[in-house]
Amino acid sequence: MSFNIEERYTKMNKGEVLLAYKGSITAELITNVLGVVESKLDHVIDKSITKKKIYNILVESLQNLYHHVDDLPELAGNDMDIHFGIFVISKVGDQYEIRTGNFIKNEKVKKLKERLDKIKSLSKDELKELYKFVLNNQKFSDKGGGGLGLIDIARRTEGRVDYEFDDYDDDYSFFNLNITI
Amino acid sequence: MESISIEGTPKTPTVNFDAATGVIEIKGRSIPENSIEFYRPLVEWLEEYSKEPQSLTTVNIQLEYFNTSSSKCILDVFKKLEAIKKARNEVVINWYYEEDDEDMLEAGEDYESIIRIPFKMIEVVD
Repeated sequence: MSFNIEERYTKMNKGEVLLAYKGSITAELITNVLGVVESKLDHVIDKSITKKKIYNILVESLQNLYHHVDDLPELAGNDMDIHFGIFVISKVGDQYEIRTGNFIKNEKVKKLKERLDKIKSLSKDELKELYKFVLNNQKFSDKGGGGLGLIDIARRTEGRVDYEFDDYDDDYSFFNLNITI
Repeated sequence: MESISIEGTPKTPTVNFDAATGVIEIKGRSIPENSIEFYRPLVEWLEEYSKEPQSLTTVNIQLEYFNTSSSKCILDVFKKLEAIKKARNEVVINWYYEEDDEDMLEAGEDYESIIRIPFKMIEVVD
């Protein structure tokens, strides 16, 4: 198997790491992480607006992760936690990076790629219009997501959202989302 | 009609809806994973209130953070207010944002352009 979760996790841990996590993505975990990171940000950043921006994007990216983790089937030899995901929050130079990773069914990869490429190609004004359109027209999914998370992140970072897919097996890929603030 | 008074938490806002004074307030943070449950009673209250609203309804929205899951629910709140205004009642919406918080100002402008009630944008300076 070419994809190795440990290697991927190590690769994600770059710069000055504020917080790194690998394991089950649950609502309680996210609540705790947001609390911890918020008080950390209070110590390392003076500017309230920068802090707010990072916190906002963190909320959105972790909740996005929470809503979209696909579970690997429970096969022998699969020692992955349920709702397995990874995230790393770090400072690289004078920028902050939020990286998330989760398994995704291969059948969803094409659509997600197209969606991300589209979002990345839009200007600030086009993102605003798309956001408003989805806000006003799209119904909630059964997971409570509104289809706005990625658009919101792209708006707040002015499109500095990158992604990568690692091949895992015939049914699953590992989706990496890298956000620069 | 009963008022709604909810204390804020790290993930949900402070809410005060008062039918007797026509003052409606949402303040603080709104970042639950799934906001529908939190906002459903608020939207239902407004539905009831809209049957017999005050001649002036004053709405104060002062959010520090809100997530995209909340943004749809907040739009539902505004749509109820839009209906109250359409029935020829006065509705004033005050949208508060922290000094220099362009993202929050823009979020207010987004809602304003969807629901067609003019917002008063109020910058809060520390």
